[in-house]
Amino acid sequence: MIEHFPLWPPGASSISGNVDALYIFLTLLSLVMTVAIFATILVFVTKYRRREGVDAEQIHGSVPLELAWSIIPMMIFMLIFAWGAVIYFQERTPPRTSAEVYVVAKQWMWKIEHAEGQREINELHVPVGRDVRLIMTSQDVIHSFYVPAFRIKQDVLPGRYTTEWFRATKPGTYHLFCAEYCGTAHSGMIGDIVVMEQSDYEAWMAGGKANGTLASNGADLFQTLGCPTCHRTDSQGRGPNLIGVFGKPVLLEDGRTVMADENYVRESILSPAAKVVNGYKPIMPVFQGLVTDEQLNSLVAYVKSLSQPPAGTQSAAAGTKMGPKE
Amino acid sequence: MATAAVSAERENYLNKEYGIRSWLLTTDHKRIALLYLVSITFFFFIGGFMALLIRLELLTPAGDLVLADTYNKLFTMHGQIMVFFFLIPSIPATLGNFLIPMMIGAKDLALPRINLLSWYLYIAGGALMLYAMVEGGVDTGWTFYTPLSTAFSNTHVVEAGLAIFIAGFSSILTGLNFVVTVHRMRAPGLTWSRLPLFVWAHYATSVIQLLGTPVIAITLVLVVLERTLHLGIFDPNLGGDPLLFQHLFWFYSHPAVYIMILPAMGVVSEVLACFSRKRIFGYGAVALSSIGIAVIGFIVWAHHMFVAGISLYSALVFSILTYLVGVPSAIKVFNWTATLYKGSISFATPMLYALGFIGLFTIGGLTGLFLASLGLDVHVTDTYFVIAHFHYIMVGGAVMGYMAGLHFWWPKITGRMYPEWWGRLAALIVFIGFNLTFFPQFILGYMGMPRRYWQYPPEFQILNVMSTAGSTILAVGYLLPMVYFMWSLRYGKVVGDNPWGAAGLEWKTSSPPPTFNFDETPEVTWEAYNYDQIPVPKEAWLEQ
Amino acid sequence: MSNSAVQTESHESHGPELLHHFVSAEQQRNTVSLAMWLFLATEVMFFGGMFCAYLIYRTWYYAEFAAGSRSLNIWLGTVNTVVLIGSSLTVALGVRAAQMGKRKLLVVLLLLTLVLGLTFLGVKAIEWHDKYVEHHIPGASFSVADLVREYPQLHIDQRHAQIFFSLYFAMTGMHALHMVIGVGLFLYLTYHAWKGTYGPKYYTPIELGGLYWHFVDIIWIYLFPLLYLIDRKPLK
Repeated sequence: MIEHFPLWPPGASSISGNVDALYIFLTLLSLVMTVAIFATILVFVTKYRRREGVDAEQIHGSVPLELAWSIIPMMIFMLIFAWGAVIYFQERTPPRTSAEVYVVAKQWMWKIEHAEGQREINELHVPVGRDVRLIMTSQDVIHSFYVPAFRIKQDVLPGRYTTEWFRATKPGTYHLFCAEYCGTAHSGMIGDIVVMEQSDYEAWMAGGKANGTLASNGADLFQTLGCPTCHRTDSQGRGPNLIGVFGKPVLLEDGRTVMADENYVRESILSPAAKVVNGYKPIMPVFQGLVTDEQLNSLVAYVKSLSQPPAGTQSAAAGTKMGPKE
Repeated sequence: MATAAVSAERENYLNKEYGIRSWLLTTDHKRIALLYLVSITFFFFIGGFMALLIRLELLTPAGDLVLADTYNKLFTMHGQIMVFFFLIPSIPATLGNFLIPMMIGAKDLALPRINLLSWYLYIAGGALMLYAMVEGGVDTGWTFYTPLSTAFSNTHVVEAGLAIFIAGFSSILTGLNFVVTVHRMRAPGLTWSRLPLFVWAHYATSVIQLLGTPVIAITLVLVVLERTLHLGIFDPNLGGDPLLFQHLFWFYSHPAVYIMILPAMGVVSEVLACFSRKRIFGYGAVALSSIGIAVIGFIVWAHHMFVAGISLYSALVFSILTYLVGVPSAIKVFNWTATLYKGSISFATPMLYALGFIGLFTIGGLTGLFLASLGLDVHVTDTYFVIAHFHYIMVGGAVMGYMAGLHFWWPKITGRMYPEWWGRLAALIVFIGFNLTFFPQFILGYMGMPRRYWQYPPEFQILNVMSTAGSTILAVGYLLPMVYFMWSLRYGKVVGDNPWGAAGLEWKTSSPPPTFNFDETPEVTWEAYNYDQIPVPKEAWLEQ
Repeated sequence: MSNSAVQTESHESHGPELLHHFVSAEQQRNTVSLAMWLFLATEVMFFGGMFCAYLIYRTWYYAEFAAGSRSLNIWLGTVNTVVLIGSSLTVALGVRAAQMGKRKLLVVLLLLTLVLGLTFLGVKAIEWHDKYVEHHIPGASFSVADLVREYPQLHIDQRHAQIFFSLYFAMTGMHALHMVIGVGLFLYLTYHAWKGTYGPKYYTPIELGGLYWHFVDIIWIYLFPLLYLIDRKPLK
């Protein structure tokens, strides 16, 4: 039975140690404070129990004490804040060279597609040591992609992308939970994160029969939908040339500037008139309802691939990024 | 009610009139408080029963006691009933209603008919909630997150939403009444700096009720309109923003936590002072910290949304503000502890609950530091860690405070004493049962068990078994007072005006008080908590 | 503020309108008027939720909001604004009439207010009906094809336009509901004014009813520009 009584989740990502450290610090701090307050109360209530003939001493307060126990907690709080904020920055800042995996959540399953084209359901295979960035959206309600062993969680919203990233550090199989209540089978919307050694991972990749990479599927779809008619590879098209656009600021017709990130590309496909590039006319048809979330993901992956050096450089990702020290 | 028992005594608010009409049409704040007391107790036991079913389901990893949909409805309605129909009205509508006019030397609340209307609104909302329940229930979670609530759930969201909307107006009217009463009805000489801390706490609470509740009211209206008339304000298919709903929801629902806890803090201040025979240490700091909590509490709401998809920078701002609101709470805990210093302390039931409150609120507050910390919140939010944390605040805090107050003022309300020995026993049982129920949930949360899970992986089982065991103990701890309070209505020892030897105007009138509270309007010439001027009565319940 | 509600045990004879728990008519008047102001503060928060949603979506979907705004009948909106401001005037005069004890004048002014209030609601009903005819009511039959044709420069996304009209109906609907409650309130006040309940000594209900009426007016004073006047300059 004792093997079913762990008190600590496995830690298997580059940030899990940092989160644990903060957790241990806060637990100790809480323990000290709780013991201190409980002990003080116990001492006082024993020492100053009511006795005949002994009256309470009327004390109105003490400004120095009040200040002390306002300012000292405040300073400790600021320390905790700063520590937590640093970790949050790590959690929210994926290394530039992360491998990308697209996640589509729906009641009640996780559909996952690797950049290489492999598809999985309720399972995600990743190699040890690779930075992986999840680009997630939902087909229906709000879900949340939670991997306790990695100490990461991010809500997955309909109608937009949210992202999170991790670098797995230990091979093994870990829980994937949906952490945002999503209806009847919420507690069944679980899966496995399988972290493998690099060689095993490559074997696994080779075993799956992917029909082209996500970006190449996107390129095919780009043709099928007739996009190249306007989005030409020179500057003569009726729509902007998409090469090198992704990841850079875009000047809009109304003078604003937006960053060409996944959400911008997504919005520009679904609702093209919302943010029109300066110098172009809003003539593009609306694709809302005409492409599935998976197709959209491949189109986004394709547009991104137009801004990258030739593919295949992703696996060299581990190493010199702003990931935490280990 | 206790009317039969007290008929031989002098005229008071209980024996002045008899009959169901005299209760249902009363404008006496004390009678309305009792109407509330009966109603919220009813809802407390419904919500509590659901909690027990939830705990029983979680005894085993498999979903084997109820269906998944049933389970989802159970935790949804447990939350809605406990939050909106028990905790929010709990202390304000019962003890606050009963005591505030007496504490400030007034004959009644400023708006007695509005007070009665507030109870009827509560009953109307409660009836609608019960209707939604028996018709099949709601399964959106008490948070009504869109688009689940607007487009996907096919349960009785509209009824439940309207029920809470109506109950919300009951809460608004209670808060409005208190603010007006404290401003306009104080007895001569009762300046703001002489007000009991109970009144300060309720004043702060009322401000939140006034300014926060309308926001959730309109938010729920918009959800109802989206479901019924297809006004798509949060609909992501139209480009609407489900996060906007969350912002509006938490704009109320975070301060709502303070609606629950601030009155309990007020109770604890009164009880600690009385049973230490002392003025509260740092009266001004404790009073102002209530106001501080109410004000800062309005600008921390998005700490519920750190993983919801808000921007990194807004998360930073809301995290730091959340730490700010921790400071006044810490001040209170330290001041209460310091109040014990050089006191003359006795341990009647209210004092046990009050001390329990300090301990559990401390744990609840400290674990709040974990959740306010951005990097850690990502891991523990939406897990059992959060469940444990807010139950430490709302049950360990608010309900402990409520029990403390109920025991403390029971002799004032009924004219009779509850059985002290049973009271202390129940307090002990509650304390043990509570910790056994909720402490394991902190560990469960850090291990990663998400909240609202009907079934769970087997490694979480032992902690869940402990929690379920604790909940049965807790249930006994709550049933006991129910029984002995009823018993005491007939058999409890008849008490004098001031059985605890407590300060405060409410103890200067008879027990139970006359309909207009005071035969003569008191004139206040002393500070609050002048315990050096009040002798300790020689009563059995104050023996150690 | 520091009025600590001076309660002297005065036994002056007071009329039936003075409730038992108040010491003086002045205390009672101060009390209920504070209550009314606080109630209006809650109303501000109530509408505030919708104004907040409006501001966000207007920033995001400005073009659709502009087009939706153009589709509203500015003339009917203006007429309604004038009607409501007029009704505020009659209410204000009514309070004064009550203070001076002019019963007949008071009744006439209250009736006028009622007529103006009902006029407002009637005009509003006409506007809503127009929206119904134009298929601008959110739901299955919603369509802004007419606006897309009329304002090609704005590149209207139908879905976003639906959010504008959702807000339009939520906000004007909630406002109209407040108007209906106001009309009910004023029917009650008119009846009592006709019976002669109010006079120089006791006119608080008129004053409070008036406060409520002014508040509902002010909400409209905000709604009108926010909904009707977003972008009325001629399009290029």
